[in-house]
Amino acid sequence: MSATTGPLGSGAMPAGSPGASVPAIMDDPLARTRATSLWRDTVSNILRQRSAIVGLVILGILVLAAVFAPIIATHDPNASMLQLHEQGAVKRSPPCIHALGCAADKPEHLLGLDGNFRDVFSRVVFGARVSLGVGFASVFLAIIIGTLIGATAGYAGGWVDNVLMRLMDVILAFPSLLLAIAIVSALGRNLFNALLAIGIVAIPVYARIVRSSVLSLREADFVTASRALGESNRGILLRRILPNSLTPIVVQGTLGIGGAVLEIAALTFVGVAGSLDVAEWGSMISVESQQLLNAPHVILVPGLAITLTVLGFNLLGDGLRDALDPRLNR
Amino acid sequence: MTRFILRRLLLTIPVLFGLILLVFILSRIVTHDPCRAILGEKATDLICADFNRRMGFDQPIPVQFGIYVGQLAQGDLGTSTKFSRPVTEVLIERLPTTVELTVWALLFAIIVGIPLGMLSAIKRNSPVDVGAMVVANIGVSMPVFVLGLFLQFIFGVLLKNSPFSLPPSGRLSAGIDVKPLVDVWGMNDLTGIPRGILDFLSGIYTFSAAVTGQWGAWGDAARHLILPAIALGTIPLAIIARITRSSLLEVLGQDYVRTARAKGVRERTVIIRHATRNALLPVVTVIGLQLGLLFAGAVLTESTFNLAGVGRTLYEAIIGRDFAVIQGFILIVAVAYVVVNLIVDVSYGYLDPRIRLR
Repeated sequence: MSATTGPLGSGAMPAGSPGASVPAIMDDPLARTRATSLWRDTVSNILRQRSAIVGLVILGILVLAAVFAPIIATHDPNASMLQLHEQGAVKRSPPCIHALGCAADKPEHLLGLDGNFRDVFSRVVFGARVSLGVGFASVFLAIIIGTLIGATAGYAGGWVDNVLMRLMDVILAFPSLLLAIAIVSALGRNLFNALLAIGIVAIPVYARIVRSSVLSLREADFVTASRALGESNRGILLRRILPNSLTPIVVQGTLGIGGAVLEIAALTFVGVAGSLDVAEWGSMISVESQQLLNAPHVILVPGLAITLTVLGFNLLGDGLRDALDPRLNR
Repeated sequence: MTRFILRRLLLTIPVLFGLILLVFILSRIVTHDPCRAILGEKATDLICADFNRRMGFDQPIPVQFGIYVGQLAQGDLGTSTKFSRPVTEVLIERLPTTVELTVWALLFAIIVGIPLGMLSAIKRNSPVDVGAMVVANIGVSMPVFVLGLFLQFIFGVLLKNSPFSLPPSGRLSAGIDVKPLVDVWGMNDLTGIPRGILDFLSGIYTFSAAVTGQWGAWGDAARHLILPAIALGTIPLAIIARITRSSLLEVLGQDYVRTARAKGVRERTVIIRHATRNALLPVVTVIGLQLGLLFAGAVLTESTFNLAGVGRTLYEAIIGRDFAVIQGFILIVAVAYVVVNLIVDVSYGYLDPRIRLR
């Protein structure tokens, strides 16, 4: 597989060194080809995928927005313009941009105000922090625990494997959002527990991926070789097997973050993930869900933000799968 | 084939047991002090001691679990503290809404999704394909409740006075109702399980109204279902369309398809008779997997469209710590999911003989 390109590529270097002192009679063909590394191959493969590029661009903008939220946001996301005694602040007023012909005597708000006189643009920008943060953190959690469980099950086999994988089956048997709602209610309704719940329900997916690749690689020749060389079980698992299951995990993880963003929005929308005052996309929609007729922007804007974020992760995930799947490299 | 089905059935047993155990543990954590959760302000130590003894909460947890499993075996899901009625009764009342919504959403997803995916595959890389896949990508990325709110806005508000207007919430218009099957068929003295089944079927309005010929009510119920079914069905639709496309593309590249074309079979026949049959195998699996997604989406759809189904009842039960309802409903939903996956597995074995032999 792709892991073998590394050693082969670097093997070109020592072949060239003896020929350095004597004039070369025949060029070493290996020395002339540029050494390709796994990473360079991967990156160029990814950049060949149109969907991956679109996804990367969307996500790049979102990550920048999240990181530099205090600079980008035009207002304090939680400050009510009414309390700031802003002249002419109107509840749920539509977007007003002076450069685009909005009357100069009205206060400028790029995406209007919400029902509490707060700046929608600033709230959406800060909301990117919550969604991306929870998305990354919950998937990271799920990958760590899922990998541990899957690797243990696959490597140990026998009853350990059976017990662990049946447990995973049980978790998978629940519709994930319902299980997440139940877990959040059990642990206490706040954003951190929502993060945990979203992570927990995603564990089986990664456990299954890791287990299946451990099972298929356990008997591979290069693993037998390193066992013969006296490598410890842990070393075989960490250095030989796991790096080879990285590809499906990265692909699934990317798609998983998109799913996690949808789930956190759903949890805050139904109101089990703590206060609705937080600048978070799902709760922004939840609070204003009856206002579609008066002020579509208060729902349209966060709704679009969620859709774009999930779209970004889905496109990148699809692109990664196409780029990393060796069967498609024709 | 029988051995294959038997083996799959046996594999389901530990999963079902695990489900029951997990549901039990979860509901006990959610309501760690059921007395106080249920009685609230009125709960004094004395009242609670009495209450716990009556409800069996003073027993050790393993004993409580044993009692619970024993009750389940008799079809008793306990009594809802909020409704003061047996959970099975609440379930018979609320489940039909969700079943109806889920079935229509899935039908919508299949009927639109498969042809869309096939069209995309046949016209690969054409504007039709690109357009369909862009729509599918956006559809799969949009939260159910956002789409639901948009649909409500467009068809319930913007188009309110046009012929395209659709009701934005509820199951029936005011003044219209569907007569229950027992009334129509004059079987009001029926009790027990047959009565439960008939009441359940009566709750599926588009079914019971059609069976009894109440076409006016049927039309009204169907009109109310269109928006929620589209909202709920869009994500599965997008997934089904994408799987159909990639699966059909793979099959179309195979040798036997080339052979069929070479011997002069019409392109239509090649695609429908030769390719699609094999291409639909993975689609069947994916459709089964969508059910979990649909149940989860039903919670959101039901709260967006104001429908008193399982999802909303369950959500309210979790908020109100009505543990009997939580246990019963989650269990039913999870069991339904397991059973559907079993059916998918078996049908997969039926469609593809190679799987049976493994």
